[in-house]
Amino acid sequence: MKIIVAIKQVPERDAQMRINAAGKWIEESGLQFALNESDAYALEEALQLKEKHGGEVIVLTAGPERVGPTIREALAKGADRAIHIDCNDLGARDALGVARLLAEAVKPESPDLILTGLQSDDLGQGQTGVILAELLGLPHASLILHVDKTDAGLTVKRELEEGWFQTIDLPTPAVLTIQSGGSKLRYATLMGIKRAKTKELHTVAAAELTAPAVILERIALPQKQKPTQILSGTPKEVAAALVEKLKFEARVL
Amino acid sequence: MSGIWIVIEARDGRVSRISWEAVSAGQKLAALTNQDFNAVVIGAGTEGLAAEVIAKALGKIVRIEHPRLAAYTPDGFTLALQQFIENERPAQVVFPHTYQVRDYAPKLAARFGQALIGDVTAISEGPVFTRQLMQGRLNGSYRHSGDGPCFVSVQAGAFRADAVQSGAATVTVFTPTIEAAQIRTRHSECFRGAAQTVDLASAQLIVGVGRGIRDPANIPLAQELATALGAELGASRPICDAGWLPIERQIGSSGQTIAPKLYLALGISGAIQHMVGIKGSQCIAAVNKDPDAPIFEAADYGIVGDLMEVIPALTEAVKTAKQ
Repeated sequence: MKIIVAIKQVPERDAQMRINAAGKWIEESGLQFALNESDAYALEEALQLKEKHGGEVIVLTAGPERVGPTIREALAKGADRAIHIDCNDLGARDALGVARLLAEAVKPESPDLILTGLQSDDLGQGQTGVILAELLGLPHASLILHVDKTDAGLTVKRELEEGWFQTIDLPTPAVLTIQSGGSKLRYATLMGIKRAKTKELHTVAAAELTAPAVILERIALPQKQKPTQILSGTPKEVAAALVEKLKFEARVL
Repeated sequence: MSGIWIVIEARDGRVSRISWEAVSAGQKLAALTNQDFNAVVIGAGTEGLAAEVIAKALGKIVRIEHPRLAAYTPDGFTLALQQFIENERPAQVVFPHTYQVRDYAPKLAARFGQALIGDVTAISEGPVFTRQLMQGRLNGSYRHSGDGPCFVSVQAGAFRADAVQSGAATVTVFTPTIEAAQIRTRHSECFRGAAQTVDLASAQLIVGVGRGIRDPANIPLAQELATALGAELGASRPICDAGWLPIERQIGSSGQTIAPKLYLALGISGAIQHMVGIKGSQCIAAVNKDPDAPIFEAADYGIVGDLMEVIPALTEAVKTAKQ
């Protein structure tokens, strides 16, 4: 099976974020970046499928030069090669624009399966994989926890709301968006890290930016939903103060 | 191109709560843009659903009816709504932001050269749509540009379902053309994972554990506090994904929705998926090392500090208070 995994590099979860001077995005200087969490699960699913059925795993990402280490990390975990769409204006493109970039890079590869995380931890739109399927004319399933290869194609386990699940049968080629938690993530081995340095990394130029349908005009800190009393002092003091307030002010204890 | 259409979703054969919230959002958008607002119900045998919305202040209700829409498939729903939208040419289409909508609305929007503005929490003059970024740490203001319909989905709990006004709508039927071969995926009946032995939904006191607990060896600390309080122990998704607590203790959009008197969040940053599950809490107290964690926006009481120090102190304080 030839599998493409579309991954994204996002700001690290605990990174301190400041809004940039233009008010349109965060200040990226000094920020640490990491592989998007659900994309890590998509990569894991791809590597496990390859181990079971053979084939090739190709990672695909769009972004500026800084995505290099994230690509190397995926190669070190076991991906065979990588395609980097060199793009300095990812944030100016809407979900359709980003999916178009990825679709152009996928087409000449004719993979059997395309996996991606269900959403990015930065924008959280959860659209790229679904649109990618549409642009490629392929069937898709989203929020997938488990993938089984069958004679006819795939049987996948889809997560629904409030603890419900569903199985879906679909033919290949197909696109799946992978939910986190379906399998245990592997770490890169020392040997893997060493090998990654010699694996093929193909860089292609991104297509010109065209007018997006949806524009992010401004970002801001969220407004408080309600006033929060922040308690301060030593752990012992704040603990006593909180219990006191919960008991006599909020009356919930 | 004009008019707003709301896509109603059914749950157990009834209009779902979040669909009413989407109607409420559509009403808001209609007032801001001076347009009429209408609704579609979609499926096979949608008379009952249409009857539920007929007494609301909607202009028109259209039943998109086809035997091949009896069960949801992304191909079927996309095709049906595509044909309807081509026919009706609305300015905006509003959805409830559910797992089902996430599965097909981006596909539908792409057919019109559009991108969905998803998981919207507020609509203001413009219209400008607000949605959360960076796991709830920031808000983004989005605007639709150019020609073509604007597709929007609204977050659960962001608009008031009870704000929908009464009225009298007209009902018509739209029959799309769907060939069997156009539906490429086959979906099973829905099933539950493990037996639900933990009922967090009716618990009055809940202690929630998040990533900030750092190590499974620290879970007993939180359990001791929960025991001292007489509370149930719950967790955010990453804790259950990692197997530190069973999935039946997961709180949030993919787990249980809670409405306790007190929710005590330990090391939970407050990602959107978690927040939608705890909105019904009467009182929220949060302990987190990060003063900018989004959980503090929704908390009544907050402690910024090290969990390893604060949790044992809280356990002691609770025990002392109970003596």
